[in-house]
Amino acid sequence: MGVKQNTIELKDNSAYRRLKDKLFLWAVIVVSLITISPIVLIIGKLAWKGFRQINFSFFTEVTPSTYDAMIAVSNNEVIPGGIVNGITGTLLIVGVASLMAIPIGILIGLFLFENGQKPYANLIRNLSDILQGVPSIVLGLIAYLWVVKGITHGYSAFAGSVALTIMMLPLIIRATEETMKMIPGSLKEAGMALGVPYYKVILRVLIPSGFSGLMTGILLSISRILGETAPLLLTALGNPMINWDATAPTSAVPLLIWDFYNDPNMVDLIWSSSLFLMGFVLTLNIISKRIIAKR
Amino acid sequence: MKSDTITKYVLFISSVVILLVSGGMVFSLIGDAVPVFEKFGWRFITSTEWNPTEGRESYGALPFIAGTITTSVLALLICLPMAFATSLFIAEYFRKSSFASVIGSMVDLLAGVPSIVYGLWGFYTLRPFIVELGLDPQGYGIFTSGLILAIMIIPYATSLSSEIISMVPNELKEAAYSLGATRLEVIKYVVIPNARSGIIASFILAFGRALGETMAVTMLIGNANIIPTGLFSTGNSMASVIANQFGEADGLKMSALIAIGLLLFVITGIINAVGKLVIKKMS
Repeated sequence: MGVKQNTIELKDNSAYRRLKDKLFLWAVIVVSLITISPIVLIIGKLAWKGFRQINFSFFTEVTPSTYDAMIAVSNNEVIPGGIVNGITGTLLIVGVASLMAIPIGILIGLFLFENGQKPYANLIRNLSDILQGVPSIVLGLIAYLWVVKGITHGYSAFAGSVALTIMMLPLIIRATEETMKMIPGSLKEAGMALGVPYYKVILRVLIPSGFSGLMTGILLSISRILGETAPLLLTALGNPMINWDATAPTSAVPLLIWDFYNDPNMVDLIWSSSLFLMGFVLTLNIISKRIIAKR
Repeated sequence: MKSDTITKYVLFISSVVILLVSGGMVFSLIGDAVPVFEKFGWRFITSTEWNPTEGRESYGALPFIAGTITTSVLALLICLPMAFATSLFIAEYFRKSSFASVIGSMVDLLAGVPSIVYGLWGFYTLRPFIVELGLDPQGYGIFTSGLILAIMIIPYATSLSSEIISMVPNELKEAAYSLGATRLEVIKYVVIPNARSGIIASFILAFGRALGETMAVTMLIGNANIIPTGLFSTGNSMASVIANQFGEADGLKMSALIAIGLLLFVITGIINAVGKLVIKKMS
């Protein structure tokens, strides 16, 4: 952190300097407000246009056929049906991904915490960082090659879960390691000194005392993958019916939004579905922020 | 004692998952991209012809590489002043005030918006706006996708930059103030020189994000397989060609799409590694 030496001129131009200072402050304020304006506009637009479509059947019925939607649109009625096949699909895909990513991610995070700066641990840490930067569409390709072609021999919810698992892993690994670093070493040592086996120290000391940190990491990683569309397009494909079979093609809320967007008869449904998805993602975000604030 | 060894082994074995996933990823992508590189060689990267018609198949990825790079560079240019101003707002001017935390959480919310929602908003709000301004009769293309990409990567650049800016030691700033420097001069001569490499790294990482974005770009770039000729020209990006053409792909075309995925993987990998290296050098 070398500070360059700069010569400051000795002329008295303080009025000019103060003016420049003021102008820059206002520029920063104006540009910052412009920068955050999209979030207000986006949420406003979704709420404004999506509110009308959200009703009870939106959460209980499957997507309408394009023909039913066309008739409703031409009679100027609300499009019938809902997105329950997308909601259950998202629950299935994200649920399976979480079941795989959370335990493995926490174990790897613990491993990195235990092994500090050893070369092998550094290698794993760097690889995990690289994985975090891989575009989601590439993870979709990988899950297609490994699962769709290799395991389920067809599009499947499980393939989608694998792609999302690879997205979640680096986030959970990082959150676990950072949380473990914050726990006072004396806690762990006290457990070890009592002769408690190491796995019990992990389960009874490390994880409970770092619970809020782990929870934040997990919720943030779930909120990150909830809205993912591209990898699911290549793996889970979509399904007009409710499906709980992980080896069969399955829909998901973001996939439905993509379908609605491409179907002129159903295009009105994009707003309510997006509003629902955003609400879901933002709620998770806010809960995890609350946990951080409580700590 | 035995259970401790088992625990150690379990932790070690789980770490192997990362090795397998990263190694397997490179192996699978290269393995499935081989046919197209065998057939076209370097022409796959330098040719502009993308023709899946059977018998006359020809695959060149140059238009998509050009589309990805132009949209991402444009996004970076738009993002630069905005993210920089916002991080100064959060970490310097209104540091630790409720203003800063409101702006900060709104920036975080921007990071939480799914790509497809950005695409919808871009399509139904931004695009008509650009048409209305008379910038372009269609509203699709490099400019619109660059703009939406910029909004998408601003949170990444802002959160890291503002963290780095808030780490600049107070003593240094106070020393400059005591010499009669104005706030702008403190920012220019103390804050920026101290935080420079961190700020640069944050923009490099944000650029890496922009390269791989799929859905929003797919919905706004126009999906024309040509090298963009101007700011408002249509085009196509590497990620969106994969998303768009994957459904009906098999054989050589599938291999071509996977090769594009491999290129994307390599490019984003290099960009991210450079960003991480700059951060490491700093600390």
